[in-house]
Amino acid sequence: MSEATTPLYEVFIRPKAGLSHKHVGSLHACDDDMALHMARDVYTRRAEGVSIWVVRSDLIAASDPVDKDMLFEPTASKIYRHPTFYDVPDDVGHM
Amino acid sequence: MDVVAAIEDDLFAYALMLGDSALVLGHRLSEWSGFGPTLEEDIALSNMALDLLGQARLCLDYAGKVEGRGRDEDALAFMRDDTDYRNLLICEQPRGDFAVTMVRQLFYAGFMQPCFTSLMASRDSTLAAIAAKAEKEMAYHLRHAGEWVIRLGDGTAESHVRTQRALDEMAIYVAEFFSVSAVERRLVDAGIAADPLSLRRPFEDSITPILKEATLVVPSFAQGQHGGKEGRHGEHLSRLLGEMQVLHRAHPGATW
Repeated sequence: MSEATTPLYEVFIRPKAGLSHKHVGSLHACDDDMALHMARDVYTRRAEGVSIWVVRSDLIAASDPVDKDMLFEPTASKIYRHPTFYDVPDDVGHM
Repeated sequence: MDVVAAIEDDLFAYALMLGDSALVLGHRLSEWSGFGPTLEEDIALSNMALDLLGQARLCLDYAGKVEGRGRDEDALAFMRDDTDYRNLLICEQPRGDFAVTMVRQLFYAGFMQPCFTSLMASRDSTLAAIAAKAEKEMAYHLRHAGEWVIRLGDGTAESHVRTQRALDEMAIYVAEFFSVSAVERRLVDAGIAADPLSLRRPFEDSITPILKEATLVVPSFAQGQHGGKEGRHGEHLSRLLGEMQVLHRAHPGATW
């Protein structure tokens, strides 16, 4: 697969109305339109979704794994930030 | 023969036409499974093959019920010989290269989408229900094949040449789409079948802009090969059926 003519895309699927798009995988395609087609064919064969986003992987700004400790370690000791001290009513749905 | 029996004979033949075209073209597409140009397109081709297989099953199952002689979809698919098949000739042509496959799919979907749209208003409620399901599938095939034809035609020098060649090779099978068999004539008059003559305009309206955007020379569809609807096929169909039917004929009634 030539990276120049068919760049990598990341695929996000919304499983049903009301839920968020979730990353499901990646694929190669020659442009945005074909990436949507391919995402439909590769990732929604078993009725997984009602909406698709695709974005070129090289357009995603990503955190550097080297910075992992700096970025994420400090939160490990701050359990009071977790909303575990509340009873969430069932009607609230997806939180 | 009374009127109802005559209509049922025609309806059986018409359901075979729809089912056989879908079955044979679906088989041709399935030949790409594992050999697609990319993993993504391999799956896309298999998806389209399965859409067509699903349409074939519905049509052949209905044909068997209309005929009333106890033949089910498997009996009709696997135990008939080539001269009993009623598919359009374009469906049985070898899969060729990727350009041939995509041009053929563009032509077929460009014809069958308006055909199914018309059939959704059929007085036969089973055909109308099959058409409502199949129309969406053909709309996607048309979109998918169209996008590829645009990119192949307006792609590299080689892809352009090969796509133009595929277009010219497949064009001679288009005239058959709009030929009206005796069966179709009677069923159109009865409000059951889609009128092939009424489908030429929507076919050309959907594929001509695609071919122009693809920078391809639009071929003439005025003349071409006929005979599929009456069971006159080329040797390609015999070979296809040989491969498709061998297992069922060797092990009748075999199941998973």
